[in-house]
Parts: sequence; structure tokens; C-alpha cells
Amino acid sequence: MEVTSRNGGGNVLARLKGESPLVDNWVVKAHFIAGISCLFLSVLAGLVFSTQFMRTYLFPGIEPLSPGKLRFIHTNIAAYGFLANLFFGMLYWAIPRLTGLRVWKRGVSLFLFWAWQAILLASVVGFVLGYAQGVEWGETPIFIDPVVVVGVILMTINFYVPIIKTKEKPLYVSLWYFTAAFVWTGLVYVMGNYLPQFFAPGVSGAAIGGLFIHDLVGLFVTPLGWGMMYYFVPLILKKPIYSHALSLVGFWGLAFFYPLQGVHHFLWSPIPMFVQYGAVTSTIAVEIVVTTVVVNFFMTLRGSGSILKTNIPMRWFYTGMVLYFITCLQCAFQVTLTLQQVIHFTDWVVAHAHLVMLGVFGFWLLGVVTHLWPKVTKREWWSLRLNVWHYWLSVVGLVIMFTDLTIAGLVQGFSWKSLQIWEESIIASMPFWMIRAFAGTLIGFGQILWVYNLYKTARFGKPLEESLPVIDREIEVAPASMTRPALAS
Amino acid sequence: MAKSPIERFSAIFLIAGLLFFAFSFIASGLVPWLMMNKVPIKSMDDLAKDIPPSFYELAKEYPKEFKQHYGEANKESFKVALEYGRDLYIAEACWHCHSQQVRPVSNESQRFGKVSYAAEYSNVLQMPQMMGTRRVGPDLIREAGKRTNDWHMAHFYKPVSVVPVSVMPEFTWFFDQTKRPNKKGLAMVTYMQWLGSWIKDTTDAMKQSIPAEHRK
Ligand code: HEM
Ligand code: HEM
Repeated sequence: MEVTSRNGGGNVLARLKGESPLVDNWVVKAHFIAGISCLFLSVLAGLVFSTQFMRTYLFPGIEPLSPGKLRFIHTNIAAYGFLANLFFGMLYWAIPRLTGLRVWKRGVSLFLFWAWQAILLASVVGFVLGYAQGVEWGETPIFIDPVVVVGVILMTINFYVPIIKTKEKPLYVSLWYFTAAFVWTGLVYVMGNYLPQFFAPGVSGAAIGGLFIHDLVGLFVTPLGWGMMYYFVPLILKKPIYSHALSLVGFWGLAFFYPLQGVHHFLWSPIPMFVQYGAVTSTIAVEIVVTTVVVNFFMTLRGSGSILKTNIPMRWFYTGMVLYFITCLQCAFQVTLTLQQVIHFTDWVVAHAHLVMLGVFGFWLLGVVTHLWPKVTKREWWSLRLNVWHYWLSVVGLVIMFTDLTIAGLVQGFSWKSLQIWEESIIASMPFWMIRAFAGTLIGFGQILWVYNLYKTARFGKPLEESLPVIDREIEVAPASMTRPALAS
Repeated sequence: MAKSPIERFSAIFLIAGLLFFAFSFIASGLVPWLMMNKVPIKSMDDLAKDIPPSFYELAKEYPKEFKQHYGEANKESFKVALEYGRDLYIAEACWHCHSQQVRPVSNESQRFGKVSYAAEYSNVLQMPQMMGTRRVGPDLIREAGKRTNDWHMAHFYKPVSVVPVSVMPEFTWFFDQTKRPNKKGLAMVTYMQWLGSWIKDTTDAMKQSIPAEHRK
């Protein structure tokens, strides 16, 4: 592997010359810690909110802790705190390794880290004081939005500099996804937060709001997630991705079809019907595209499946991929105008949201942190068993939650359709809501064990230096060099 | 293939990033927006031209509180209360548990009333729009006149007192120590009773509660 030494070797050379290292460990670690704290906060808010559904709300009569405000905290901190922070940490690790170059400026990375946490804190304070903006996923108070936009632009530059300057051309798959994700994120954020608020009322605003909801998950979360998988999976398996052609189909299919789906959040609404048909069609099209990506990864795994027994990060990745496939299958049905009659507005959608946000992208990120934590702390895991517990509690909890809410959604939908009085649907949902809280508790418990393990590892883990020669740790096999054999053959 | 131009930064940035995004925005955002362009966006002043009778009743039922927070029941106070009600509807996340959209399917028109149409959303109180994507509780776009003002007050204070199985939170901070509605409580009920009031036929009996000088 002669190509290898160029990228990874840069780090060693830099070290020898006394320059700053390629990857800034501090920033990676800081984002990981922040992200995991946010996971905690979000799960906690979700659990407390779920007690409202059992008429046992923990903080009744306290205005700042109104259940609705906790819902804002729950969803926003899950998306912008948990997922975003962990993605950023991952990018600070992966992009320099993929390009062989440092990010633009260390000062900018540090500034962005603190600025992002300040934004999150300010949003939570804003929600509590009653300044939420009335845009789904855009609840961040309107006066904080400009700061977010500036932050996203700065971050884009910070990551684009190495991507533009790299000599690794053409770009590796992961970098296609990262590059596109950053153009989209800024545009999506501005569109979704400002147009419905100031320019587009009602139905036009709903069309744009739908675009915003779906673009955030499809053009921010999804590309970063897949780019991340294209980086870590071949690296851990030590073999190239199965098919470069499938990678291309997956990326360009996603780029074209994903942005077109937004209106599927408002099916059967007064938005013109032809726009709704378009959204449904492109949604079903994207399922096919997504399947190619899943196939690509499972073909890559073929012959190495036994790694799932021993390697917990890989287990997270492939569990996420199975769940992703289930999501896609589910989506292709839930998006049809037939099924929408019943499942729209119900817990079915909430089940879907948890399946993808936690079960797919959340799980992948938990896998990445599990993979990288020993590397960034330079210590071995304190306990491998706790990691296994973390995995099983989370997966079992999530599967229970998803199944439970999906059934609940069908029950609610048919109850409404059959014109039972409204209260019947609440009575019927009550057991499901209790099971949801139970499943959430399992998930929360899993995270507690893991955080304990992360802490113990960072403080008391055996130093990694002793067990691994420096050269192995420093020289990562750059995946860019790994697609080439696939191309040649 | 290894030199494939579509794997370059510039192609990804321009085609996937900018071009495809712009296309999607035009096709599924701009087109429906432009189709609605001819429908004027009603301002608060336009909305205050049709004050539902329930607003005057509110002033009579809670005279002391109403006077204290809003003064007389007229266009000006209606605008203030209505807008504040909408703001609270956003701040309390009501819109995450209630929709404002009756669909033409699933027997919804039988349950809630007239199916929603585009023009009724073209006003400043639907910026941002409140159509919603979840129903823990029922739809609200046809709420006006379904319940009395008192019913709403009791319901906000303690939902299970009127709907025993309700899972809706208790909004006790819409009331003062003596359990009378405060500025927030009055605003919320004004907003609830406005939602859908534009399609309700006001009967002669109901008009009795509108003071003569405000009647059309
Ligand atoms: C291609 C795959 C996907 C399809 C076809 C799809 C389809 C849908 C549809 C049709 C809805 C609206 C359901 C309704 O309100 O009746 C929905 C809601 C939602 N989806 Fe997806 N989705 C996909 C992927 C994702 C991904 C990757 C994420 C997260 C990362 C996600 C997160 C959500 C969330 C959070 C909601 C609920 C938002 C709301 O309140 O309306 N989806 N999805
Ligand atoms: C583990 C404990 C959790 C519990 C008990 C929980 C509970 C809840 C509850 C009660 C809701 C409101 C549902 C409704 O409106 O009917 C909700 C919504 C949501 N939660 Fe969670 N949650 C948990 C974890 C998570 C995590 C880890 C994530 C993300 C990574 C997440 C993402 C979401 C999203 C995206 C929504 C909005 C769904 C929608 O609008 O359709 N949740 N959750």
C-alpha cells in the first residue's frame, strides 16, 4: 500500500518537523463530549415529556417547564446538539485524513465549537422563555438564526479549504457527500427559517416548510451519515467498497431525488395536487436509489461478516444499515396517498422519526464514537462488556419503541377514520404510550452505562501507546486509495 | 473512469449542490408559491374586520380581567389579543399536538367540518403556517364556536375536568391566583374562537352579543 504513506504519513512527518498534527484531537474530543451530553439531555427531555402522555407529568404548573417546551428541547437538541456535534467531531477527524491536509484554521475550529454550544444554550433558554419560532425543526428563536447562518458558512470554509486543495483527485466518495452536504445545509437553513416567517404565508409556506423538514434530514443528516459510512466501513474491514459504480448511482440519485420530496409532509393538504404527486413519485424513486447504497455496503461486508461478532463499531454500522433498509421500505409505503389517509398525524410518523434519527444516524454516530474514543483519548477501553450492554440496551429499546409506536399509529389512524369519538383514540393509545416510556428508559439506561465507560476509559484506561506501535496508529489507511483497486478490477 | 469529471469538487458543488437544489426549490416551493400569488395576504387590520361574537362575550363574561388587560372589546383590542394568542400557540408548542388542516380523506370533514382550502391560510397569522404534522389532540382549524368560552377556560386550567381521559397539559399560568383568566388566558380563548370563524354563519341570535355599533 504505497499510497497510504502519503496521507497518513503526513501526520508523522508533521510530528517530526514539530508542526501541529494533521488531526486536532482536542476539537474532535470536545465535539464528542458535547454531542453525548446533548444525547443525554435530549433523551431526558423526551422521557419527561412522555410522562405527560400518561397523565403523570413530572413538573405540572411550572411555566418554563411546560411539556411543549420540553418537546422543543427534545427534538432540537437531538438534531442540532446530538447528531450535529457528533458529525462535526467526525468531520474534524475524517476530512484531514481523507485529504492529507489540515482544516482551514485551528482558531476557527475552536471558535466554532464554542459558538455552536452557545447557540444550543441560547436556543434552550429561548424555548423556555417562550421565543420559539413556529417552524418545525426551525424552532431556534428567530434572532439566533443569523448567528447559525454565519456559523454554517464559517464551518463550510473551514472544511472546504482542505477538500479544494487536496491532491487526491478525483475525490473519494465520502468527500462527494461532505462537499454537497455543506452547500445544502446553508441554503436549506436560510430557506426554511426565513421564507415561511416573512414571505410565504399558509399554503406556500407549508410547501417550503415541508422542503425544509425533509432537506434537513435528507441534505444535512443523510449525506454526512453516508459519507461517514463510506469512510469508516472500508477502513475497519481493510478492503475497498464493493462497487464504485453503485457508489456513483447512490450519490447522484440522492442528490437529484432527495431535495424534491419535501411536500410529502403535507399530503392531502391544500398544496396543489400535482406538486404532491411529484413529491410522492420522487420519494418512491429515492427508495430505489437508497437500496443500491445498502446493497453496496452489504456486498462489501460479504465474506467478512464474522467481524460483527467482535467489532462493536461495525455492529452499530450494520445494525443502522438494516434499520435504514427497514425505514426505506416503510417510507415507500407511508408516502403513498393511500396509506397517508390513515397514518398521517399519528404515532406512526413518530416511530419513523425515531427509527431514522436514532436507529440509523444516531447508531452510526454511536459506533463512530465507540471506534474513535480510544484513538482520541489514546487509551484502551476500560470495559468492553459495557459497550456490549450499551449496544443491546439501545437496540432492544429502539426496536420496542418503533414497533410499539407503529402499531399505535395504525390504531389511532383507524380509530379516527371510523369516526369513534376522539377520546377513544386516547384510551386506546395509553398502553402504547406507556410502553414507549419503558423503551425510552431502556435506551436511557444504555447511554448511562456507556457514558460511565467513556469516562472511566478517558481517566483510567490503559494507555494505548504501550500496546500499539506509534506507526500503526498514525498511519491510517486512507480509503481514497482503497477504491482504486476496485476500479481497476 | 478514474478521471471521471463528476467526481470533482467543482461538479459536485455546482451540479449536485447548487443546481439540483435550485431545481427542487423551483419545482416544489416556488411553483406553489407563485400559484398563490394572486391571493392577497390579509393583514391584522383585514382580519379585525370580522370579529367573532365570542370575543364580545368574553368581555362580558370576564369584565374585570378583560378591562384590565385589553380595555374595551373593539378592533384594536381584538388585534392585540388575537396576535398574542397565536404567539402563545407557538411558544407552548400547541402546534406539535394539534393540526390546523382538515383533509378531504379519512372522514375528516364529518368529524371536524369543511375541508381546508388554500385561500383561508393567506394571512399574517399563518406566517409561519400552523398546519401541523401531528395530532395528539383533534384538529383546531374549525374550532370557532364549537365550545363556549367557559368550556375553554376550564379546559386550559385542567383538561381532565371536562375531558376525563385527556392527556393535554394543564396551562395554569394562563390564570391568576384566583383562577380567573389573565392576559394569556383571554388571548388563547380569543385565538381558539377565531380559528374557522370565517366560515361560520353568524345567526341572528348570535349577533345579539355584538354591540349595535359594531354590527355590519
Ligand atoms: C428516503 C427516505 C425517507 C422517506 C421516504 C421519508 C418519508 C417521510 C414521510 C412521508 C414523512 C411524513 C409522514 C407524515 O407526516 O405522514 C416523514 C416524516 C419524517 N421523517 Fe422521513 N423519510 C425518509 C428518511 C428520513 C430520514 C433519513 C430522516 C432523519 C434523519 C427522517 C426523519 C423524519 C422525521 C423527523 C419526520 C417527522 C417530521 C414531521 O414531524 O413531520 N426521514 N418521512
Ligand atoms: C430514548 C428516549 C426517548 C423518548 C422517551 C422520546 C420521546 C419522544 C416523544 C414523547 C416525542 C413526541 C411525540 C409526539 O409528538 O407524539 C418525541 C418526538 C421526537 N423524538 Fe424522541 N424520544 C426519545 C429519544 C429520541 C432520540 C435519541 C432522538 C433523536 C436522535 C429522538 C428524536 C425525536 C424526533 C425527531 C421527534 C419528532 C417526531 C415528529 O415530529 O414526528 N428521540 N420523542
